[in-house]
Amino acid sequence: MKYNVSNLKQLEAESIHIMREVVAEFENPVMMYSVGKDSSVMVRLAQKAFTPGSIPFPLLHVDTTFKFKEMIEFRDQFVKDIGARLIVHTNHDALERIGHVGNWTCSMCADLLKTQALIEALKLHGFDAAFGGARRDEEKSRAKERILSFRDSYMQWDPKNQRPELWNLYNTRHVKGESFRVFPLSNWTELDIWHYIYAEKIPMVPLYFAKKRPVIKRDGMLLLAGELNKAKDGEKVEEMMIRFRTLGCQLCTGAVRSKATTLEEVIEETMLARNSERQSRAVDQDREGSMEEKKKEGYF
Amino acid sequence: MDAITLLEQDKKKDLLRFVTAGSVDDGKSTLIGRLLYDSKGIYEDQLDAVKTASDRWGTVGGDIDLALVTDGLKAEREQGITIDVAYRYFTTPKRKFIIADSPGHEQYTRNMATGASTANLSIILIDAENGVLTQSKRHTFITSLLGIPHIVVAVNKMDLVDYSEDVYSKICEDYTEFAAKLEVADVTFIPVSALKGDNVVETSKNMPWYRGSTLLNHLESVHIASDRNLIDLRFPVQYVLRPDRTFRGYLGTVASGTIKPGEEVMVIPSGVKTKVKTVFSPDGELDEAFPPLAVGITTEDEVDISRGDMLVHVHNVPKVDRTIDAMVVWMSDEPLSLDKDYYIKQTTKAVSGRVSKLHYRVDVNTLHRSKETELNLNEIGRCVFTLSQPIAYDPYNRNRATGSFIIVDRITNNTVGAGMILDRVPADVSDVSISDSEPKSKHVTSQKSLITIEERIERMGAKPKTIWLTGLAGSGKTTIAYNLERKLFDAGQNSYVIDGENARLGFSKDLGFSAQERGENIRRAAEFARMLNEAGVITICSFLSPYESQRQLAREIIGTENYIEVYLSAPLDQCRKRAKPGIYDMASSGEIKNFTGVTAPYEQPENPDIVLPTHEFSVEMSVAKIIAFLETI
Repeated sequence: MKYNVSNLKQLEAESIHIMREVVAEFENPVMMYSVGKDSSVMVRLAQKAFTPGSIPFPLLHVDTTFKFKEMIEFRDQFVKDIGARLIVHTNHDALERIGHVGNWTCSMCADLLKTQALIEALKLHGFDAAFGGARRDEEKSRAKERILSFRDSYMQWDPKNQRPELWNLYNTRHVKGESFRVFPLSNWTELDIWHYIYAEKIPMVPLYFAKKRPVIKRDGMLLLAGELNKAKDGEKVEEMMIRFRTLGCQLCTGAVRSKATTLEEVIEETMLARNSERQSRAVDQDREGSMEEKKKEGYF
Repeated sequence: MDAITLLEQDKKKDLLRFVTAGSVDDGKSTLIGRLLYDSKGIYEDQLDAVKTASDRWGTVGGDIDLALVTDGLKAEREQGITIDVAYRYFTTPKRKFIIADSPGHEQYTRNMATGASTANLSIILIDAENGVLTQSKRHTFITSLLGIPHIVVAVNKMDLVDYSEDVYSKICEDYTEFAAKLEVADVTFIPVSALKGDNVVETSKNMPWYRGSTLLNHLESVHIASDRNLIDLRFPVQYVLRPDRTFRGYLGTVASGTIKPGEEVMVIPSGVKTKVKTVFSPDGELDEAFPPLAVGITTEDEVDISRGDMLVHVHNVPKVDRTIDAMVVWMSDEPLSLDKDYYIKQTTKAVSGRVSKLHYRVDVNTLHRSKETELNLNEIGRCVFTLSQPIAYDPYNRNRATGSFIIVDRITNNTVGAGMILDRVPADVSDVSISDSEPKSKHVTSQKSLITIEERIERMGAKPKTIWLTGLAGSGKTTIAYNLERKLFDAGQNSYVIDGENARLGFSKDLGFSAQERGENIRRAAEFARMLNEAGVITICSFLSPYESQRQLAREIIGTENYIEVYLSAPLDQCRKRAKPGIYDMASSGEIKNFTGVTAPYEQPENPDIVLPTHEFSVEMSVAKIIAFLETI
């Protein structure tokens, strides 16, 4: 029927509405770009929201320097292709203080190189709204996150004091120093993301596709072996067909064994397998309720 | 199944959003857990986590506590309650679902209103052991208030009443009786046991007497496409896109109705008309856009359009007013206060406004209304707002997108309330003094002028009369009135028109269209006419004035000897063609209430001085007839 609107079209329209509303009501928005699949979808939606104009805000990549090399290459090419403005921010101060990669743990990285770095970057540029690609279906504590999530001047999130969000009327009012995290993909599920990537032919970092790669088994995870992950005593480097379900830092992003080398195969594997995607990230499993702690501090 | 088949199937899915309401003990979390679990909406590792948590927090001893699937925040887990709306997602081969899981604790009203604001359907849980309780009523009331078109009453814990059909039937009866008092359209009852899985996803073997669908089956098949308003075009402009000097596009989400290239549209509030040049979407130009698509519009002419304006069809316009009457859900610890300024955000427009009147508060449990001076957290009341600027709106029950607004505190910037605009002219409910035949005060007496009527007549050379034009909308009253005025003026007479529509914009601004208010409108007009006559002015009143009794009143006020009644007798079907376009359609659709000839009666004059068949007469002929009559007296 002519007036039928599919799930995906509705989600697209909703996300575009959110982006336009934010651009209309905030002075200085920015879009967090992590190079991952959700970010890529978000950037595509931003292009669509303002076509035939260009994206009216910069992209911000918080680089821990522990990211996969392929991600950085992909990022630079992608940004060039779409003609967007990219800001890369790294917490150099912390990198110098802690020093050698061996001194870093996953939670230190998340705290200093992601959370602190992000807060620094937002303050430095005076951004009052930051789009993030988080989805509510990813993790339990996100199920109650607002689409426009208010942060006080310390950039903290108070789960007990969130503004009610009704209809599609977003309350953007704030005073100087306060800001918002905006999640235009809140209502998308993993299947929606994959479907959209497929339908829109959105380019993806090759790490999402299976290839023979050197890995180390550590704490039940498969880590990519290389400069940053060297085999310790009792560990060995093995060649395996693996791919990544989520992309983060090399230190804490585990791979999964896979034969999926094409997008269709990835979708088949992901959507017909019943494991939720964040499992391969160590950060969620530190302790029960860990993501909530991180969010309170300003991590996405 | 392969990926392509999966995506093909996924492409056909639509989206159903539903809200669940119930208290901790109703088994709401268990029901959602069951839906997710049985429809395979939970991933294995999440299930493992729930199993772990079940051992620690679980209340069902040994079994997996499905309720824990939906518990989000740690604080809640510790207290065993959920305190905020949580959104869950699952999909079946037929549909994608978004659940707004709204907790049944103290914050129920605020939370449920939030979850309900975007829902197509509401699931109301009733514990079969307890029957219809206060809270079932409360949830139904909020569902109705937020205008959710579909309700499912899930009678849960059927396992605890031996799957008894009698218990179930009794609950259905009790509920139906209560719901009759509210505006609820579509109610479906389903007997379930969330704990045991009966009729949630799988058909129950324990209730062979129930022949309806399972809950999931119903959710998959309930028809929602028609819930949208595809009639009244409302396009709130969200953002003006100017990528270069040559292009100017208006971005926005179609709130209701449809918009096509080539159509004439009007900009609200400026009233400027233009034509749609193109409707563009992220994927190219469209031949039509409809809700909920996010699109862009370009226009033929360069007109002044900015964020907060609304594009509508010329013949179907929203109400534009500074005063609105609305039901309000209050969401802040600090009570709603009269005479405090708030920000009001409606569509893409934000204005400041204050509550000029709180009519009453509704007790969500009993539906009892009481007069109050403030509204506290989680209370619902009916308020009149006075805004700093007019907004374009429709009643919420006709248009969720243009009839809803949020209230924001100017100091804390928090969202403190949500409003749903009512389908009423504010005057209907404010304290308009409809005058009785006696003056309110007993201490006033009539004062006399020092100039007599005779002196005035001598000065003016004629005895001023009132020509009272009556007839249906579209019969030609206003046109004839102003042409007559011109003719008399040109002939050196002092003449003046009191027009019905102008009256509504001026001295009768506060009145609606009930018979009583129409009477008051006529009384005021007649009083003015009498004064003008006394001041020596020939007065032409063009008023629909459908009731004989009211025209009789006007005759008495003006004085029988000065009152000339002219009946414009064009029949209804002719008037319909000639009237302001679209106005009769709006009357037929119920958008305009009490519309004479459609939903309100017109009583033909028993004894008019002149009858003008205006569907046959030209304007000139009609005017000439009246002038000829004036010359005979």
